[in-house]
Order: sequence, then structure tokens, then C-alpha cells
Amino acid sequence: MQNTYAIELKNISKRFGTVLANNNVNLSVKRGEIMAILGENGSGKTTLMNMISGIYYPDEGQIFVDGKEVSIASPKDAFKYNIGMIHQHFKLVDVFSATENIVLGVKDEGKYNKKTGRRKVVEISQKYGFDISPDKKIYEMSVSEKQTVEIIKVLYRGADILILDEPTAVLTPQEIEKLFAVLRRMRDDGKSIIIITHKMNEVLSLSDRVAVLRKGEHIATVETANTSVAELTELMVGKKISLNINRTEPHDTSDRLVVSNITLQNSEGVRILDDVSFTAKSGEILGIAGIAGSGQKELLESIAGLQTLTKGEILYHSPEGEIFNLRKRTPEQIRELGVRLSFVPEDRLGMGLVGNMDIVDNMMLRSYKKGHSIFLNRATPKKLAETIVEELEVATPDIKTPVRKLSGGNVQKVLVGREIASKPKVLMAAYPVRGLDINSSYVIYNLLNEQKEKGVAVVFVGEDLDVLLELCDRIIVIASGKITGCLDARKTTKEEVGLLMTQNKRG
Amino acid sequence: MTVFIQGAIRQAMPLLFGATGEILTEKSGNLNLGIPGIMYVGAIGGVIGATLYERAVTSAGIVPIMAVMVTMLSAMLASLLMGLIYSFLVITLRANQNVTGLALTTFGIGIGNFFGGSLNKLLGAESASISLGNISKYFKMTPPFADNLGWFGEWFFSYGFLTYLGIIIAIIAGYVLSHTRVGLHLRAVGENPATADAAGINVVKYKYFATCIGSVIAGLGGVYYIFEYTASWSNNGFGDRGWLAIALVIFALWKPGIGIVGSLIFGALYMLGITTVGISRTTKVVYEMLPYLATIVILIITSIRNKKENHPPASLGLSYFREER
Repeated sequence: MQNTYAIELKNISKRFGTVLANNNVNLSVKRGEIMAILGENGSGKTTLMNMISGIYYPDEGQIFVDGKEVSIASPKDAFKYNIGMIHQHFKLVDVFSATENIVLGVKDEGKYNKKTGRRKVVEISQKYGFDISPDKKIYEMSVSEKQTVEIIKVLYRGADILILDEPTAVLTPQEIEKLFAVLRRMRDDGKSIIIITHKMNEVLSLSDRVAVLRKGEHIATVETANTSVAELTELMVGKKISLNINRTEPHDTSDRLVVSNITLQNSEGVRILDDVSFTAKSGEILGIAGIAGSGQKELLESIAGLQTLTKGEILYHSPEGEIFNLRKRTPEQIRELGVRLSFVPEDRLGMGLVGNMDIVDNMMLRSYKKGHSIFLNRATPKKLAETIVEELEVATPDIKTPVRKLSGGNVQKVLVGREIASKPKVLMAAYPVRGLDINSSYVIYNLLNEQKEKGVAVVFVGEDLDVLLELCDRIIVIASGKITGCLDARKTTKEEVGLLMTQNKRG
Repeated sequence: MTVFIQGAIRQAMPLLFGATGEILTEKSGNLNLGIPGIMYVGAIGGVIGATLYERAVTSAGIVPIMAVMVTMLSAMLASLLMGLIYSFLVITLRANQNVTGLALTTFGIGIGNFFGGSLNKLLGAESASISLGNISKYFKMTPPFADNLGWFGEWFFSYGFLTYLGIIIAIIAGYVLSHTRVGLHLRAVGENPATADAAGINVVKYKYFATCIGSVIAGLGGVYYIFEYTASWSNNGFGDRGWLAIALVIFALWKPGIGIVGSLIFGALYMLGITTVGISRTTKVVYEMLPYLATIVILIITSIRNKKENHPPASLGLSYFREER
């Protein structure tokens, strides 16, 4: 029937603790339609889709499949209603062939038979034009081939509603074209396809309708044909909110870090960074804006000497006027020069801190090479730990408490504080306020501002556009590894930044 | 020559049982280092069953089939219990597999020696070992047609039924692993339990079944050694066969079929030390070392060739729990 939806969500809400991940979301997808879900990081796109595919269960609201209300409590239930999701992280067994992975867990009629399974796989590939060798082992496959296996796996289980979570993030332009062709063919075959993305051009070229989410709420659903990049961007980023972060005018600025034309390729040959150039000046905060995974992490790591660049140059101008080429130096030497990186990954303890060790020991991790005796010198790091705890108001019983037991905000204070304590000349902070409450965030902002006052060149990678606009002096925008713009943070608008973030001209 | 081949096969069988059991276990992602203990407990279980049966019916009234069944079942029950202990600790409680396995080996050898000593006292035997001749003769019965086949019969049919059972179990295990849906699912569980779980496979169930069935098979290796090989029990008489079985798993690249061949090679290497005349005791010890050396060589070769099929199951030694938020 034309007038019933393949899948319909009504007033769906989902909370994780106190965080409202989805709030009263309504969404409907027809048969033979490609629906794009557009939104910034943390806007609740993936959470919403996980509720359809049975990974999470909604706190409130109803889900209808073909007009009938259903309850989807597990991925198995999702299969039952012919819903299949292709996750960003593939769930495949490396030593199995494509066919083995596809038939895994399916209870077909009769005896298990490799040949029948293989024949069915070939049938599906031919029907939709997949390019796949059924007997190839997963570990011999490229990312794109693995994705193909995942899609066929879902189709093999008879899925009519396919959900793809940022399927293009890991693909080359040619592979993206191939994927889109396949998706269009599946749409013409009457399947419903939901694709999560934040790339504007893909939304426009592929989808029939777009649903925009922002901060867990459903903002609007529009026909792709009747919309524009500008309208979508505005829906996505929303109106500017004033945060009243204290920002001083930079003074006595001089070039500190000059990055010119750096390019970084991964093992698949995809350019993670593509011809990136910018300058970080002393006494100012340079913001880096971009959708997560656009190359921010790799950019900072390149400066810190942790990545091997394909080409380009990174020059460090010391306050004394000497120029050092960072590409020719080891990470150790770069740190000696005063270029410091504090990176807060999604799991805060994943990088830079050892969870089971206390604050003092974590301080020592950074200075262990300074000691010349075979015994540890605990006095200095202990003093440092005490200073950090006191000055940054780290809430901890004492400095002997394992870092793992501290709350997220306090862990981040320790992480940033340790780098600041080394009196850096360049301080790079990636997502330093990730997951923090408002008060802790302001402590971090003030820390960064203090460093700026002291003449440090601060590079701040942030997620929240409002913060970037109020904290930074200049903002560079990165999209798919390319710098798409360099803006004056005092004059630019959220829409302008948002537009540049979603521009991708990878190729 | 005949003596050498017969000896090699007799040495090979306990290893083959142990290795087949351990392969099934490891394919589910559980590295069960308790195998030496489990084989030992399997053996003492059989001995207890056999002795009690013999005492109950006295030597005149032994019914062969009953004697064999009681022995086998009590051995299987004993090793099943060991497998269940391991599974509960490692799968349900997610204890460290290495520590649990090693503890189980120590525990199993202790249990075996304890019951071995107690039985000995109970029977009032003069020597330190328990003689099981009355029952083990049924384990040693060879196929009736063997005598008419000359050297062929001596080489291939001069063994008890457990020898053939061991080979049949290994073949079945190999077939199940590579040609059935159960095998596919089991391998998926050992390789990537998260994927298997997402595909709707009951990971815990597969791990429990594989580990317990593996333990039971390994326990039969202990029965073989006691009832077909030595025909008597003496404490600590099992040697390092449990560890050799684990080495054989690596040697066989986790394939039961290769395990059959590998066990024969290991058995032959062992016999080399015994049958080579005119060598000193020290040289003999060097010969006994050869199976382990062969295993190390295999490890080096597979590491260099780096072919993923020959690697251990990817999640071997890791406990699995579904991520929850």
C-alpha cells in the first residue's frame, strides 16, 4: 500500500542517565525511499537508529512497521521485522570467507550446505550489482569490500529496511559512487533505506527526503528536491547561543607554528589530510572546527610527530627567532621544543593517562626521562601533582587516588594540567571539554585563556560551535582532511562555519 | 619395526584424545590449560569406577560390556565435572583463563593422587600401584580378524577399541568444525564472539558445550593410558602427556585431522628414545624433548608465513561479555 509507511517512529525518547539522547522524535520512511538523517555529532542520529535495530530500547514512544505497532528488543527482533543495520564498525569474522560471514547465524531450511549459501550470495550480488568474490577471506578485503559483505549479510536475512551508519566515512570517492548506485537500485526495488550522514553533498545527491536532528530533537523533515544547502545547514546548527566566555584581544602575536601543505595518507591510500596549511600564532587561540573524524586528530598528531607525513612541512618558530623543521624531529625532540599535545579521546583514559595509577605516577609518565638515577624521583612530580590538584580544583580524596576513580571532568583537568605545567610554547588541546559539565568546562576555558595571555600559541579542537565562536580568535574549518576556510571568530557566524564543515571535496 | 609402530600408536593415542578435546575447547575461544589435570582426573575417575565395580561383583562375575561402560562413564563424568568447573569460572565468572587452567591442572593432579592413594589403602595393596588387569583386559581386546592378517593386522589391528574411537572422534570433530553449521558457529564464537552474538548465536551456550565436550574427550585420553597402556594406576604415572597434548594442538594448527598425524609423529619421536639401542639416559631425555622442539618449529614457521587460517582463534584466551550501556 502506498499510504502506509514502511517504518514510523512516534514520540521516541531515550535517556542515558541524565543525558537526553533523543527527545520526542517523529520519523517516517516510505517504501522505495532513501531517507537521510542529518545532524551534528551528538545530535542523536545513531542512538535513534540503534533503537530501530534493537540495540537500545526506547524509554518512550512507539515504533510502527507497515502500520503495525512493534516492540524491538534485540537485533533478532529487528531481523524479524526485516530491519537490518550496517554499523560503522563492521561485525565480521576475519578468517571466514564472505559467504561464511553472510550465512552465519541464519537458520536456513534443511541441512547446512556451503554451496546453496554461496549461490544465494551470488544471486543477491547480481541483482543489485555488488562487486564481490564470495570465497574471498575477510582479512584480504578492503574496507569497501567488507562493507559490501555487511550489506549483503543484511539482505541475505531478507531486510526490507536498511539503515547505514555513516557508510561513506571510510570510502574513496569511486567507492562512494558505487555504493550510491547500489543503494539507488535497492530503492527502485522497493526497499527503504535510511542513511546517517553529515555530508551535505551526499544528502543532496542521494536522498529523497532529509530529516534533521539537533541535540536529540527532530527539527524538520524536508523534501530534498525543495531544499538547499543553506537551509539544511541552518536547521542543523541552529541559532547561536551566547556563552559569555571571557575573551581578550590578542597582543604581541608572532608566528609560532607554520604548517604548509601537509598531506597524510593511510594504508588504504585515502588522504586523511589533504594539502593542509595554516599558521598558529603566539598569544592567540586558534580553533579547529570540523565534523568528528575529518582529520583533526591526525593533524595534531602530525604536529606532535606521531604520524609520518606524505608531504609538506611543519616549521616551529621559537620565541628566540630560531626556526626548526618538526618533520625531521622525533616526538621526544618536538616535546622538548615546547610543543605539547593534550588529547582527550572518547574514552578519556585511552590516551595519556594510566587509569590504575595515581596522579603523581601519571605526572611522572611525562618526565621519566629527566631522571638520571635508576631510582625514581618522586618529590618533583608529587609537588607538581599537588599544584595541579590545588590550582585546578581537582576533586580527589588525595593525590594517591587512582586516576580511574576520578570523575571525567577531573581526569581532564589532570590531563590538561600536566601539559600546561611543562610551560609549553604551543599547546594543542583536542576536545578538552568533552563530556564535562558547564562549570568544569569554564575552568578549562579559563586555563586556555591564561595560556594565551602568557603568549602561548593555543590550538583548540572543539565540537561545539558556540564555544569555538566565543573562545577562539581565529577558526580554521576542516572537512574530509581539507581546510575549507579560515575565519575571524569575532565576525563569523555559526551558519558560515557549519556550511564550511559540511563541504567536502574529497578526491 | 612392529614393536616400534605399535609403541608409537600407543603413545600417540592419549595425546590425540587430549588434543582433539583441546581443539574443540580452543575453537570456542577458551584456552584450557587444565587439560593435563582433566586427563588425570578422567583417568582416576575410570579407575574408581572400575575398582568399585570389580569389588561389587567380585572378579568372577565381571560382565565385560558392563565393566567397560562403568569405567568409561565414570571417567566421562569426572572429566565433565572438571570441564564444568572451568566453564563456570571462565565463561560465567570471566576469570582469567590461564590462571584458571593452570590451577585446574594442579587441582586435578592433586585429586588424582588423593583418590589413587585412598583406593590403594582401601584395597590393601602391598605395592604403590593399583592393578587393573581384570578390567583392562577388555580394553585391550583386539578385533578378532586381526590375527589372520599377518604384519598388516599387527600394525593396524592389534589395538583396543579406544584407539579406533580416538581416531573416529578426531575425524568427526574435524568434519563438524569445517562442514556443519554448528562448526561454523563454534568457529565464529572463538574468532569473534561479538559478531557471533550479533548474528544471533548463543555464545555462552556454545562455549559451555565446546569446553565440556572437549573435557570429556580429553578425559578419555586418561582412560586410554591407564586401561589400554599401563593396566595399572600409580600416582604421578601419567607423565607430561597432558602438556604434550596441548603442544599437539599448536602443532596441528587447530585441525583435528592434522592432529591424528601429529599425534603419530609425537608418538614415534617418543618411541625413538625408547627403542634406539645403545644410548645413554641423557640422550633419551633429549629425544623426549623432540615433540616440544617440533612444536616450536611449527610456531616459528606459521608466524613467519603469517597465514591467518593457521593462527589460533582470534579471541582465544579472552572472556566475552556483551557491551552494555
